[in-house]
Amino acid sequence: MLRKIVLAIAATWLSAVQPVLPADAVSVDADFKAFRDYFTKRFPNVPLNDFVNGPYSMDVELRKQWEAKEEFPPYEFALEQGKDMFATPFKNGKSYADCFPNQGIGIRQDYPYFDEKAGKVITLELALNLCREANGEQPYSYLRDEMAALTAYMAYTSRGKPFNIKVPNDPRALAAYENGMKYFYQRRGQLNFSCASCHVQSPGQRIRTEVLAPALGILAAMPIYRSEWGGMGTISRRFTTCNTQVRGVPLEPQDDLYRDVEYFLSYMSNGLPIAGPGARP
Amino acid sequence: MRRLILFPVIMALSLAGVAAASAAASEADFAAALAAAETAHEEAGTLKNQWTTTAQTLAAARQAAAGRDFDKAVVLARQAEALAKASIYQAKEQDEAWKAAVIH
Repeated sequence: MLRKIVLAIAATWLSAVQPVLPADAVSVDADFKAFRDYFTKRFPNVPLNDFVNGPYSMDVELRKQWEAKEEFPPYEFALEQGKDMFATPFKNGKSYADCFPNQGIGIRQDYPYFDEKAGKVITLELALNLCREANGEQPYSYLRDEMAALTAYMAYTSRGKPFNIKVPNDPRALAAYENGMKYFYQRRGQLNFSCASCHVQSPGQRIRTEVLAPALGILAAMPIYRSEWGGMGTISRRFTTCNTQVRGVPLEPQDDLYRDVEYFLSYMSNGLPIAGPGARP
Repeated sequence: MRRLILFPVIMALSLAGVAAASAAASEADFAAALAAAETAHEEAGTLKNQWTTTAQTLAAARQAAAGRDFDKAVVLARQAEALAKASIYQAKEQDEAWKAAVIH
């Protein structure tokens, strides 16, 4: 038995890290269908578009509290701040509207996208900072209130519009998608959890007092006001916090892998409506 | 399934080795233990799979050494090395094992 263990350890240690083989257009479509079917079959009483409401789609009592809270939503201040920030010109006289299609209004559902020129996934948070830098402004922290406020406003102008994420038949885009999927399913941290451990295998169940959200539609309500945080949080903040909670050292916000996992998850939510900004316990 | 069993076994064996560390450690013993732990932690970093507990244990080891408690510092550094090696094992094992969890 001991010999087997030693050999197994040695074999694992010696094996190099394997590159991810690029997906193809067919497997991306199959992934999408399997992902959608899994959640709709597991939760047949949840209307498809309701998955974007995360834990509230899973728990009746929690939903009642949320509906009451929505009368005076806790993200309202961030929304107003974001609207003002969005309309305020940079020092060079240009504004965010000059950086985005349709002046930046009603476009959240198209992010992230694969930029074939840059050869990488561009998230809305990254696009906002690229816009700032292109206009001579300092980038914002991806984890703090300014970025949350800006993305809250842009999400609000896109509410109800269905996610429309494209994975072009480009090996680099397919590799980014595959890397995102891999990151989502890989166990990490001392607690040996993957994103899927909570959001695929256990949605609707509790970890301490929290009801776990399903992975389907999980980014549609971002950014969110979290009572636990006592403030707003971006997608970057959500990802880094998830890693820390399983005792993993988080990556840098907007690391390639974080952008890739956002790409994968958003593609899996294609057709579901944008619901941000949101509020979570 | 074998992988799921193997992971805690490695952790247990590694930590058992830590517990067997001898007493009356010197500053040189600590320096060697710290270097080994830092090397393993850095390797986990290249795999983008460091653990917060490794970093915390390394910090506690340095703090113990700063207080000239080298027995404690060596034990903590070896614990950190064991944690870092477990995180490396996890990264390499999950490089393929993730596929088994994908929804099909």
